[in-house]
Amino acid sequence: MEITRRRLLVLLPGAAVAWKFVLAGTPEAAPNYKLTEHWWAMLIDIPKCIGCGSCVRACAEENDVPEGYFRTWIERYHVADWKIERPEVESPDGGKNGFPPHADDGGKNFFVPKLCNQCADSPCTQVCPVGATFITPDGVVLVDKSYCLGCRYCIQACPYGCRFLSPKTHTAEKCTLCYHRITKGLTTACCEVCPTGARQLADLKNPKDPIHEFLRTHTVQVLKPHMATGSKVFYNGMDGSVR
Amino acid sequence: MYPNEVELQWSILIVLYPFITGLVAGAFILASLERVFRVEAVKPTYRLALLTALAFLLVAPLPLQLHLGHPERSFEMYLTPHRSSAMAMFGFVYLWYLMGVLLLEIWLDYRRDIVVLSQTERGWKRLVYRVLTLGSRNVSERSLGIDERLGYFITLVGIPSAFLLHGYVGFIFGSIKANPWWSSPLMPIVFVFSAMVSGISAVMLLYMLSTRLREKEIDMRCLDKIAQYLLYTFVIDFSLEMLDLLQRIYEADESFRSLDFMVHTRLWTSQVIVQILLGTVTPIGLLGLTQILRLSDIARKRIYGLAGCLTMIGIFAMRWNVVIGGQLFSKSFLGYTTYKMAFATREGLLTAIALMILPFIILWILVKLLPPWYESDSSPGSGSAPAHGTS
Repeated sequence: MEITRRRLLVLLPGAAVAWKFVLAGTPEAAPNYKLTEHWWAMLIDIPKCIGCGSCVRACAEENDVPEGYFRTWIERYHVADWKIERPEVESPDGGKNGFPPHADDGGKNFFVPKLCNQCADSPCTQVCPVGATFITPDGVVLVDKSYCLGCRYCIQACPYGCRFLSPKTHTAEKCTLCYHRITKGLTTACCEVCPTGARQLADLKNPKDPIHEFLRTHTVQVLKPHMATGSKVFYNGMDGSVR
Repeated sequence: MYPNEVELQWSILIVLYPFITGLVAGAFILASLERVFRVEAVKPTYRLALLTALAFLLVAPLPLQLHLGHPERSFEMYLTPHRSSAMAMFGFVYLWYLMGVLLLEIWLDYRRDIVVLSQTERGWKRLVYRVLTLGSRNVSERSLGIDERLGYFITLVGIPSAFLLHGYVGFIFGSIKANPWWSSPLMPIVFVFSAMVSGISAVMLLYMLSTRLREKEIDMRCLDKIAQYLLYTFVIDFSLEMLDLLQRIYEADESFRSLDFMVHTRLWTSQVIVQILLGTVTPIGLLGLTQILRLSDIARKRIYGLAGCLTMIGIFAMRWNVVIGGQLFSKSFLGYTTYKMAFATREGLLTAIALMILPFIILWILVKLLPPWYESDSSPGSGSAPAHGTS
């Protein structure tokens, strides 16, 4: 193909976009990754979350999440005085584009990022009729979309509303904790872009992981502990109104 | 709402699934009254009840199949079932009930007729009946006696199986701890009794309709007995549902405010008006009247017809309120969604109507192939339907 000046002008912007990916590089393969040496979890530091929505956007881009569905999202809580059982919660477009300012009426406001809790005793895994949803030996709940029937029993069984039926594949979909990244030594897309470090990937089997020190020294909770799902997403500084 | 909850996952087809399965279990239990408990009065409906159960059982998996994102993979539930899944195990419960109970019982009950018809019919019908004999053409007294004993044993096994079938459907919902509207140990029991109510009511209506279509007289002794059983079962079913409700109201746990709001708004018509007032209290009252007052045959027939229809509407509403109602509120108990039923889609209203018509077409074919009545039925109050082993 002959490169003319006009054609070059058309090609250059494309090349510029491609270069961005060249610079980002191919994630390093991890041939020595041993499934049984890890037990993945996540720490959410609520006081650090500013509700910018970067994590939601990064997740959607990284995982090609269908429009209108969410593998992760952010909720803004507004608790007026003592009405801890009746908080006002909003999540416009999953918090993807941040939140509009909230009128200051004396209550407290805070953001709560949500994602699959990667439960050790996950109800979704329990109810899947064919075992298409499963827990990996390193503690991540995944869906085999080549096997999922699309019966949606798992969506009903998840207490946290983390699953949806993909309109593209007609199978159940959810956060994979960026399994394609973490098994190659990278962190998740949401953790990578979080400007305040409100989200941190943690390996509970790694004794050097700072999560251990953090869990020992902070008041940490999981969502809906009465559900006894063995949730592995830990929340620091979580208000009692969060559900 | 959690943002992924806005869309309802289980549509009207999943409402049909427990409704149809309930009719199967209820019809079979009515049939077993005659076979096991020797309630002679309901004998005219015995075979009709079995054929009704079969017609509906054959359709029962279709709503599930149509609802799946990947229907072509559904057989994986049998090939590689996940043993901890209530849904996976239902496949086996269904298969057991179809192959191990219902088909076997119908075949044993009709075997003599099938053998006779395979010799007297002509053309393609003869071929069909010959296939249905499964090569067993021995209709000696001894072999019919074996059929009778085996049939009795299968019905005996069939009763807990029918309970299991629909109790298990209740378990599929009742075991979802994430959903307080469903999660209740009473759910399987309520499902079993509501199944009996709907099945008995359906067979009663079908018996009345078929007798009228055949221009025969209704056996009032039989109809009165069925209506009596319908009333008793309905009272138990209603009491259980009210117990569940009372428990929820008194406990008033974290989900109560959300569920209470839902019942008073989105489910007011379908639950309070249609299910409880129109579909439960009214038919119970009507059936109760027939027990208290001395009414004429015509009046009783009309009351039974009306009560039966209302019962069917009430039980359908109950399934609707369980399945759809259980998805209208957020698991965060902060927010509600709505169900917008599609019309001409795979999971739409048109499909649901077609699926509800299909069992009646199958029943019509079954009745043509295996007539469940005899001319001697016609004399009212005779109770002269064929006795087992001699029919």
